Amino acid sequence: MSLLNLTIAEAARALGAKKFSAVELTAAHNAAIAALNPRLNAYITVTPELALAQAKAADARIAAGSAGPLTGIPLAIKDLFCTAGVRTTAASKILEPFVPPYESTVTRQLLEAGTVCLGKANLDEFAMGSSNITSGYGPVENPWKRNGSEARLVPGGSSGGSAAAVAARLAMGATGTDTGGSIRQPAAFTGLAGIKPTYGRCSRYGIVAFASSLDQAGPMARSVEDCAILLGAMSGFDAHDSTSAARAVPDFGAAIARGVKGLRIGIPAEYRMDGMSAEIAALWERGVAWLREQGAEIVDISLPHTKYGLAVYYIVAPAEASSNLARYDGVRFGARVDGEDLIDMYERTRAAGFGPEVKRRIMIGTYVLSHGYYDAYYLKAQKVRNLILRDFNNAFEKVDAILTPTAPSAAFGLGEKMDDPVTMYLNDVFTVPASLAGVPAMSIPAGLNAEGLPLGLQVIGKHFDEETVFAVSAALERAAGFTAMPSVRAE
Amino acid sequence: MAYSLEGKTGTWEIVCGLEIHAQVISESKLFSGASATYGGAPNAHVSFVDAGFPGMLPVINRECVAQAVRTGLGLKAQINLVSRFDRKNYFYADLPNGYQISQFEQPIVGTGDVEIELQDGTIKHIGITRLHLEQDAGKSMHDQHVSKSVIDLNRAGVALMEIVSEPDIRSPEEAGAYLRKIRQILRYLGTCDGNMEEGSMRADVNVSVRKPGEAFRTRCEIKNVNSVRFVMHAVEAEALRQIEVWESGGEVRQETRLYDPARGETRSMRSKEDAHDYRYFPEPDLLPLVLEEAFVAGLKAELPELPDEKRRRFCEEYGIPFYDAGVLVAEQATADFYESVAKGRDARLAANWISGDFFAAMNRTGRSIENPPVSGAALGELIDLIADKTINGRIAKDVFEEMVESGKPPGAIVEEKGLRQVTDTGAIEAAVAQVLAANPDKVAEYKAGKDKLFGFFVGQVMKAMQGKGNPALVNEEVKKQLG
Repeated sequence: MSLLNLTIAEAARALGAKKFSAVELTAAHNAAIAALNPRLNAYITVTPELALAQAKAADARIAAGSAGPLTGIPLAIKDLFCTAGVRTTAASKILEPFVPPYESTVTRQLLEAGTVCLGKANLDEFAMGSSNITSGYGPVENPWKRNGSEARLVPGGSSGGSAAAVAARLAMGATGTDTGGSIRQPAAFTGLAGIKPTYGRCSRYGIVAFASSLDQAGPMARSVEDCAILLGAMSGFDAHDSTSAARAVPDFGAAIARGVKGLRIGIPAEYRMDGMSAEIAALWERGVAWLREQGAEIVDISLPHTKYGLAVYYIVAPAEASSNLARYDGVRFGARVDGEDLIDMYERTRAAGFGPEVKRRIMIGTYVLSHGYYDAYYLKAQKVRNLILRDFNNAFEKVDAILTPTAPSAAFGLGEKMDDPVTMYLNDVFTVPASLAGVPAMSIPAGLNAEGLPLGLQVIGKHFDEETVFAVSAALERAAGFTAMPSVRAE
Repeated sequence: MAYSLEGKTGTWEIVCGLEIHAQVISESKLFSGASATYGGAPNAHVSFVDAGFPGMLPVINRECVAQAVRTGLGLKAQINLVSRFDRKNYFYADLPNGYQISQFEQPIVGTGDVEIELQDGTIKHIGITRLHLEQDAGKSMHDQHVSKSVIDLNRAGVALMEIVSEPDIRSPEEAGAYLRKIRQILRYLGTCDGNMEEGSMRADVNVSVRKPGEAFRTRCEIKNVNSVRFVMHAVEAEALRQIEVWESGGEVRQETRLYDPARGETRSMRSKEDAHDYRYFPEPDLLPLVLEEAFVAGLKAELPELPDEKRRRFCEEYGIPFYDAGVLVAEQATADFYESVAKGRDARLAANWISGDFFAAMNRTGRSIENPPVSGAALGELIDLIADKTINGRIAKDVFEEMVESGKPPGAIVEEKGLRQVTDTGAIEAAVAQVLAANPDKVAEYKAGKDKLFGFFVGQVMKAMQGKGNPALVNEEVKKQLG
């Protein structure tokens, strides 16, 4: 029996039944990583010895009868989470070398739940990107191929390494972070489930910041249920993060079986954009039909400010990033290039340490915050952000959840969409509004396009109502019966 | 008489406002758990939050918020139940995050009012524009290494209150009085130690000049002035410079300047054109700061009596002059000392003793009110001895000096040295008779109308009695015998 194709829920049952040990499960994944990571580049850092030691401890917990649903489950950790004693790069050369002396709250909670850390997953530099090509540690290859083609495709981003690792069976699940779609879009590109929970559901403490008012951690896995199990362990109030919510964490897993009978599902007119591909439109229609068949009521709704989402996002996120990334100055940690004086040292260090996309966003962010432009850009963007939030609040008076496509296309090729950053930014068009509003949103694999590549549907819920998001996502998952697997995967 | 400066073209008025940076007294820093105490080995009080490590987040320190509210209440200012933090972005080696967390648009404290008193007794009100909370930066040291600067982050993240005044100040004296008054209020409240030498309080001074009745002219800001005296000097020096610029046909440029105490002048630091663009925006790592009414009310209820109120009470309760009360309330500890002595005694006498002999002895011996040359209880005992006529005021001064010298209680000194006042009328009668008999010519002059000689006779009698005679009885007897 292959240990690599199991879901987390299946593996937990098998571990509990002593069908195999956590050490065996981890060893199988270590071997898979050794075989495929040189090609896929899904991990920046692998930690096989640490993983085996953690697996051994998990076996002891299982033997002692004190195991939980995640004990012994091997995961990939996006390399944006600080991990005590394990190099953390944020996929940027400017942090090299940085070994955090502290553990992020999310990964600490996962470790306490007994998970095993296989390594640190690749990403776009500082999570800025939708294709994983901005990584300072090289691009990640999507394990999926177009029918009859060996062309290398991007896994999406920024959590592209996490997505590729889970899709190629180099991990059972992964942590991601989502600022404008960084969990949902790569999940869609690699046939995975992934949820960005409500802003404030997971602590941001110890996660390298990109845009503080948008960043949220969340899980990526091969089933909705696995995401629910992972999110349960990742969530909760943290006194170290003033923006984390002091709310009880519900039993997300229990919501999976709720069904959608009687739920009102909103279909926003504004997401039916000009030039939407017929395949995406058809997939969306299929999703609507699946939910209707299971007893949901379909309601047409309007989110009138949707069209401003991308513009608002590409003002707010770079503005916060330009400030958050000021600390990478060569003074206290990470890389330094000496200079004539302090300013020269800053300039040399930052010129050498940051890649072009990060520099672009720092410049955009600095510009929109600068004197004379603040009101026209940042302030106006904040006002429109409030209107987008109001759109969702109004919609959620009529519906329980919203269904949309996750991304405007399937995974594209490495090298495509590279010449114009704006084309690249359009990838986030369906994911950005939920980020700006802070509401939970999940992508689930819903089918393959004509070229054999996975496509995702997105379920958006009310603030702190991840349970309904899981219920609707699970209903879609059951109806879609998505069983396709990428051609590049460990066996 | 309003203060003014005379130039070649006539009379000029100073317009001045102060931004005072006061370090909050608190156990830990504004947004981290690291110690906020002064000193310590370099970088000993630094958390990962203070050092701006990746993924670290600020968490507001409730005590610092309480201190800011107390200060706002002490300044009779509006407390804003909703305020917000912003990031002030600039690069410097001792600013770990590349931004300072401050309050730009919505400060925790709004407008208030402070009363100052000038030398001539004039009372004036200076408006408070706002008070906001912000983080201090670290310290760069450029003299520790030949080619490198070193950084100490102990102060990075310590809470500061920036107290901004209205441009209501019109003279160097008012600037000094205002700064001293703020320092006094903060010390009373226990929200800042006001120690300007250690840098826990410093002022940015905004100065412009104008002809009386004119609108405001361009101002300059003098950064980081660190003593009351320097603030007063800087105001005057900068005003004189600006007058000269205007009168020579030039124009004052808005700029940031530094005060050089050695030369007694200000000099340009950077002009408005080179001013930083701080790119303020709301701090996304913190929620708006929302205060409960009850929280503010609780702090208000526990507020100590402040100097202005205390001074008025001293006047009413103890019947002492307004000026004397001002001296006694200058420091909370002095006021407490005074009250411990005055309670249940002749409060005016207590005030005279403390502002006279006691302060003199304190200065002479280099001691302080916390470690006084004579304890409050001992001084009270001395005043009791005067009140019950055991000793007279003249002898009391000698006893006081002996108390300072030996630390012995006044009762013991009086007994040991036999300083009890003589109230035995027989002894006084005899002494007076003896003095009058020895000075027949003076007695004749007195009787011829030279009244002033009365004091001479009293003095001679007291001298004959080694100062121990009861002054009232001696007076009475001299009058009687002179007929």
